[in-house]
Amino acid sequence: MFVNGRFAPDMCTNSEHPTMRVMPIAEAMKGENFERHFSRYADYAEHSMTALNTALMQDGAYVEIAPGSHVQGFIHLLFIGGGHDEPIMAHPRNLIVVGRNSQITVAETFVGSGTYFTNAVTEIVAGEGAVVDHYKFECESTDAFHVGTVQIHQERSSTVTARSIAIGGALVRNEVNAALAGEGAGLTLDGLFVVSGSQHVDNHTIIDHVKPHCDSLELYKGILDESSRGIFDGTIIVRPDAQKTNSRQVNRNLLLSESAIIDSKPTLEILNDDVKCSHGSTIGQLDEEALFYLRARGIGEAQARSLLISAFASEIVDRMKVEPVREQIRRAIFRQMPGRLPDRRETP
Amino acid sequence: MLDIKNLHGGIDGKEILRGVNLHVNPGEVHAIMGPNGSGKSTLANVLAGRPGYQVTAGSVTYEGKDLLAMKPEDRAREGIFLAMQYPVEIPGVNNIYFLKAALNAVRKQQGLEELDAMEFLQLAREKMKLVDLDESFMNRGVNEGFSGGEKKRNEIFQMAVLDPKLAILDETDSGLDIDALKIVANGVNTLASERHSVVVITHYQRLLTFLVPDFVHVLVDGRIEKSGGKELALELEQKGYEWIEQEVAAAR
Repeated sequence: MFVNGRFAPDMCTNSEHPTMRVMPIAEAMKGENFERHFSRYADYAEHSMTALNTALMQDGAYVEIAPGSHVQGFIHLLFIGGGHDEPIMAHPRNLIVVGRNSQITVAETFVGSGTYFTNAVTEIVAGEGAVVDHYKFECESTDAFHVGTVQIHQERSSTVTARSIAIGGALVRNEVNAALAGEGAGLTLDGLFVVSGSQHVDNHTIIDHVKPHCDSLELYKGILDESSRGIFDGTIIVRPDAQKTNSRQVNRNLLLSESAIIDSKPTLEILNDDVKCSHGSTIGQLDEEALFYLRARGIGEAQARSLLISAFASEIVDRMKVEPVREQIRRAIFRQMPGRLPDRRETP
Repeated sequence: MLDIKNLHGGIDGKEILRGVNLHVNPGEVHAIMGPNGSGKSTLANVLAGRPGYQVTAGSVTYEGKDLLAMKPEDRAREGIFLAMQYPVEIPGVNNIYFLKAALNAVRKQQGLEELDAMEFLQLAREKMKLVDLDESFMNRGVNEGFSGGEKKRNEIFQMAVLDPKLAILDETDSGLDIDALKIVANGVNTLASERHSVVVITHYQRLLTFLVPDFVHVLVDGRIEKSGGKELALELEQKGYEWIEQEVAAAR
């Protein structure tokens, strides 16, 4: 657990695992693997917020999994912001190094109270054949600012699923960037943002297909109510060497009010001619036909709307493998829209 | 139980129904037939309260209440069921969960205890056999990835679970093979035998071989121009609709 960017050892429960090292990043700095990987992937030259994080970082988590090990359960990194009279800015920085043929699940949760600024960077290195399931759950206070980057580097035949859930925060920018830097790597990017009031959430993703025979599958879904605003800006780059790339990018948005705004910008940059790539974007309201169908069976209008909104989110939520995280996110969605989703027992 | 008087209405400002009169008593099976564009589906949608349809004149009374003033969900809760011509797919809304919510909304309205999950599953399993639907369908999204025939059978399954007082079937027979047709007819016959009323809207006589109506009405150009017994359906099958259309034209 980290409070305003600093490790809080008293508040942690740590289960030992022989092949796993989890420690505050400040302690990890002398290790060989740390040197080899730290700040090699997140681009501080081009990205000012990453540069700021790299310069000012105080703490964060270092997670290292030895080759050939499967860590049961999941590692939960909890970041708590605010709680001071004065606004405070924190720069948590994490590095997750997953060895060859290892498997791990890491969940990062960001919460807090009052006004504060979180500027988080996480680098994930998936070694050859590694399987990584990463959750970033941004549920900051409604007065908070959050800027975050998840930077993924994938070696040969590695499989990474990165899920970015944004529900809290006044002004949020989430970046997820991945480089498929080894042959046969597979990436799934899932995103869900549920915003209301005057919240603003930016989602930027870059998937960089560097090597051949890699697959990437991206699905970002947004639910926007009241005067909230969301952005999806997703780029897929297929390098000249990345033949036989298979890539699909989809962004779907549900607008629940007339004053909610979404900007969707799916982009493909394909630099060779032997690829299968597709992208698509939809923006819509609740399906009137579906709404009538439910009502014609006796389900009240408010409950029918609630069912359809939950159904829209469930495509992302239902496939989360970690049950406690899934449940936490489900609850947060309901808290986010008390008027739209009046009774959480009403979801399956 | 259902009394339609001089009903005028349509969609997008276009008048499609031009004075429909129909009276349905408890336990009766009525078939409404007619050529394409005669207003059959419009009538079904107006009765179910589909948004977008307007009523410009006339009245519909259901069990003494003004049906047209009721919301779609209230009509369902009062015991009206519309089997849709084109059931919509709703991914992410679980079939069994949806139907349980619907049944309990109906039961609540009728002063009955809500069913818990176990009681509901038992009922659902029993009714599923009636329409020959596999149990695996129950855990999928509502109609998600169902074939045309499976969607229609799912409508009849829902009808069997909700046990309506008045069921309206909007071209439930179209696109069905003979086996599915028998399943649909069997489901409706089971309901009708319990003194519930059924209005079957259809283009073809086919379904009526298995589902014998008490009355057959022919809708032409937004009006019921001819009514009769089950023989009328056979006559229509042999002679088509033209002779009635010609009769109507001659009478004007």
